[in-house]
Amino acid sequence: MSVDVDKSAQPPADAPPPQPEPIKAIPVRHYGRWVAALVVIALLAALGRAFATGDVNWNAIPQYMFNGDILKGLRNTLLITVLSMIIGVVGGVILAVMRQSKNPVTSTVSWFYIWFFRGTPVYVQLFLWFNLGLVFHYIDIMPIYKDEWSDFMTPFLCALLGLGLNEAAYMAEICRAGLNAVDEGQTEAAHALGMSHGKTLRRIIVPQAMRVIVPPTGNEVINMLKTSSLVVAVQYYDLLQAAQNVGRDSGVVVEMLILAAAWYLIATTVLSIGQYYLERYYARGASRQLPPTPLQRLRAKLAGGLNRAGGAA
Amino acid sequence: MTTSKLTENTAGESGGPMVKAEGVHKSYGAAHILKGIDLEVQPREVFCLIGPSGSGKSTFLRCINHLEKINAGRLSVDGELVGYREHKGKLYELRDKEVAARRRDIGMVFQRFNLFPHMTAIENVMEAPVQVKGESKASARERAAKLLDRVGLADKAGNYPSQLSGGQQQRVAIARALAMEPKLMLFDEPTSALDPELVGDVLDVMKDLAADGMTMIVVTHEMGFAREVGDSLVFMDNGVVVESGHPREVLGNPQHERTKSFLSKVL
Repeated sequence: MSVDVDKSAQPPADAPPPQPEPIKAIPVRHYGRWVAALVVIALLAALGRAFATGDVNWNAIPQYMFNGDILKGLRNTLLITVLSMIIGVVGGVILAVMRQSKNPVTSTVSWFYIWFFRGTPVYVQLFLWFNLGLVFHYIDIMPIYKDEWSDFMTPFLCALLGLGLNEAAYMAEICRAGLNAVDEGQTEAAHALGMSHGKTLRRIIVPQAMRVIVPPTGNEVINMLKTSSLVVAVQYYDLLQAAQNVGRDSGVVVEMLILAAAWYLIATTVLSIGQYYLERYYARGASRQLPPTPLQRLRAKLAGGLNRAGGAA
Repeated sequence: MTTSKLTENTAGESGGPMVKAEGVHKSYGAAHILKGIDLEVQPREVFCLIGPSGSGKSTFLRCINHLEKINAGRLSVDGELVGYREHKGKLYELRDKEVAARRRDIGMVFQRFNLFPHMTAIENVMEAPVQVKGESKASARERAAKLLDRVGLADKAGNYPSQLSGGQQQRVAIARALAMEPKLMLFDEPTSALDPELVGDVLDVMKDLAADGMTMIVVTHEMGFAREVGDSLVFMDNGVVVESGHPREVLGNPQHERTKSFLSKVL
């Protein structure tokens, strides 16, 4: 009690000084910003009107949104994207490690692979896989499999190899950059503790390299999703192929292209959100305090609003 | 006494010197860094290495746990050659796995800490016992907590290195090295990257360790520490040992001109 009395009578020496009066001034008016905003809105409105009144049957889009063929195409697009990326990442890691190897043969082979697959268009590579039957007439894995090349190399396999092996070349460079970005002192510290090369790589280097590897890899996934539309060239039934087929059959060609674009946008948006959280995971320890996620911010805002409302009531 | 010990396993097994160097040479290409180092470090001794930068003292320290390969001479730790196996008068290079096994017994503390930034303080300390020795996580965690407590950081166990000051990071690094229960600790300028007011905390931990009988080789610019705690001191310059002896002798009454001029600048 007496302490309280003392405090109120004599504020401690280090108490914050009284709040100074904030400056009151008339802010500068940014007329230019208002004009620019109006011009942009007017242009957007004109564009929207042009599309709305154009020769597009907008009703067809929601009607075919969940059409069986379209969904099958979407499923195939997602499938080929995921599988090609898996080939790309695994291949990329192998190529990156080969490239760093002290063995001149493996590092040269890796260099050559990257040189070839990065240096030729993926569209050309897809056609090459498709027509490799001219070189290999049969495929013969002695005890288990034997078939003609054209039967073996289905559109699916063609698309998978074309996209996956091409991706591996790009992923190799991304992985190499990530591994090189980790401070050499980390390897030394791990070795000094008696950790083997493999363990050092797995437990110490790769988790830190991931911070550098994940963002460009996210870009690669999104790129892959879009590049996968090229597999139309090898007759693979992807989202674009489905949209074109449905469009031709039902006389809504442009509408189905817009629908395909919408599905691609939805898929890339979902992937971007996944990438955001993956990056956060690998950023742990890198910065003192991670900023809150949009979801956490929203929740905090809602909670704050409710509290305030509760206080008022 | 036992309860206050940082570690139990401190004495060497061979009965001989903990570290023995005979004519050790090291060069990178044309740069000749070590030009014939001869010295012995006894078990339970605090052995200080001083000298101007570029004199080769850090390089020599790194040779001891084979982070650097020596070009000539013999270097052994607790009676075993570093990096080689000797059989019938022939030297056989050790495999990476064997090198790693030898390093388990040698702790090292770096100038720039080199903590693993993606792990918390306690995870840093647990990592090697769990991954290298195969200790159970529960037991490693318990020992790690004790070690962190000993270096005065019990309340920082859950912090990431980026959330710790330099002095705290270096103390975690010392705890991490001690977790492997080494018989020899190497300190590579452990306080050089620290703010002056943080140096004392780290030196206190090192003094504790010395009092417990740990064999320590310390590359340092802290002459006060060397004089107070050191049992032997070597002054190196330009890749050779210029002068050695008891720290108080060498620091108080240097015999060589080079030592005198160096000490006049740093003391």
